[in-house]
Parts: sequence; C-alpha cells; structure tokens
Amino acid sequence: MSLEGMLIVSAVLFSIGLYGTLARSNVIAVLMSLEIMFNAINIALVAMAKFVAPQSLQISLSSVLTGHVFVIFIITVAAAEIALGLGIILAMYRNNESVELTQADILQH
Amino acid sequence: MFVADVIFWLLSLTAIIAALGVVLVRDLFRSVLLLAVVFICVGGFFVLMSAEFLAVVQILIYVGAISILFVFAIMLTRNVRRGNSPNRLQIPAVFLSSLVLAALVVVAIGTEWKEIPAEEKSVVDMVQINSITAMDKGDLLDVDRSLIQSNEEPLGLADLLIGKFVLPFEAVSLLLLATLIGGLALARRQEGG
Repeated sequence: MSLEGMLIVSAVLFSIGLYGTLARSNVIAVLMSLEIMFNAINIALVAMAKFVAPQSLQISLSSVLTGHVFVIFIITVAAAEIALGLGIILAMYRNNESVELTQADILQH
Repeated sequence: MFVADVIFWLLSLTAIIAALGVVLVRDLFRSVLLLAVVFICVGGFFVLMSAEFLAVVQILIYVGAISILFVFAIMLTRNVRRGNSPNRLQIPAVFLSSLVLAALVVVAIGTEWKEIPAEEKSVVDMVQINSITAMDKGDLLDVDRSLIQSNEEPLGLADLLIGKFVLPFEAVSLLLLATLIGGLALARRQEGG
C-alpha cells in the first residue's frame, strides 16, 4: 500500500467510470458510472491527505484533514446529484416511456 | 505492513472487477449490486488509509442510500433484464478512457511526491484517526508534541467544517435545500398539463 498504488487504483476506477459514462445508452447506467468516478476521486483525495506532506505541517496540523473535508463535500454533492438525477429519470420515463439516451431526442424534431 | 498490502491488493482486485461488471453486465439489477460492492471496497480503502469516519459515511450514504435509490429507479422503469445495452460510441469511448488512464498512471508514477517524513507520520495518523473529535494537544505523545507549535487550534473535522470551511459548508446546505425543493417539484404530477 503506497501513494502510487492508491493513485493507480483510483485512476483505473476513474477510467472504467469514464468508459461507462460514454458508452452506455441507459441513463441509470450512466449515473452509476458517474458514481464510480466520484468514488475514484475520493480515493485519490484521501490518499493525498494520508501520504503527501502539506506545505505547512508545522504551522497548522489540521491541514492534514483538508482532504477529508473535501471528501465530505463531494459525498454530499454526489448524494444531491443522484437524488435529483433519479427524479429527472422518473419524469423522463413518465413522459416518453423510456430511459434510453438515444430516444431522448425531442429537441431534434 | 504485510497485512495491509494483502488487504490492499484484495480490495483493489475486487473493486476493479466489480466496477468492470457495473459497466459491462447487461442486467441492470446485477450491475446495481456490483456497484454496492464497489462502494464497500472504497469504504475498505478509507479504513486502510486511516479515514474511519469517512468509511462509515461511505457505507451509510452510498451503500445504504444511493444503492437503494438506484434499485428503486430501476424497478420503476422498464427493461431491467437487457437495459444496460451499449450505444454506438464503443470504440471512441474505449480509446478516450484508456488515454485518460495512461495519462493518470504516468502522472502518478512520474511525479516526485513530497511524502510525509517518517517522524511526523505518527502525528498525522493520530489526527486523521481521531478526526471527528477535537483533539487536545495533551492527547498526543510527548515525542509528537514537539512537532506542533504552541498556538495550535483544535484539530478536528467538525472544527474545520464550521471554522475554516464554513462558507462551502453553508453553500452545500443551500444546495441540499435546493435539491429537496427540486426533487419535490419533479416528482409532483403536473396538473392540467
């Protein structure tokens, strides 16, 4: 377990999420891939907080917790995004009976 | 350290295989269950990196709430069995994501990270493990205490959230309020329209 190992795991998860976001046609699957990307970023942030020295360890020791605070904010924003996104998906399903991204083309006509 | 390494490899293998399953399995319900496995593995990473509070938050919010929301959304829409079909952007998506992966790995390996020196490691670990409560300087060991200057403020996640980071904290609470109202407005059936 090292900083590089954690960052590589995070990069792999991020790329898998990116692939899923680009290559799936179901909106729910795209949202799930987005969640994987969020989690990858959280891993990277916590790894940075644990392994990399902050510039001012001597002045303010609480700066070693900054990464954790960022992760809390990201988790909050992700939860809000999912709650709203699933609401939008249900509204979309109610209106055109499908959650396929390829069929959400009402603006093209 | 050997045990931590073994746990790290097991967790990363599980997380990567489960994440691949999320994007490749065609059954949407199975892919939600695999997504919960990814979330649990990420929680394990947090425990491994002495961020226990975040691990608990991860399990509560992601595994407990977000996965269940996904299950609801899938059950309320159709095409569960074959829902997770690929679109026409397969090859560009593979190309772009492997490009991003290569760039990230090169940066992660190539950069000379300024790692925390070994004698300060114990202090950092202690602050991060005790992240919820404000630590008194008396809680630290004698060796550690010499590393901290005397006018140090309390060290805790809560102190940071309502101290140094109070503005983003309030912004996030505003965002949650807006999400609440927006979710209600979306979920309500439109009348007369």
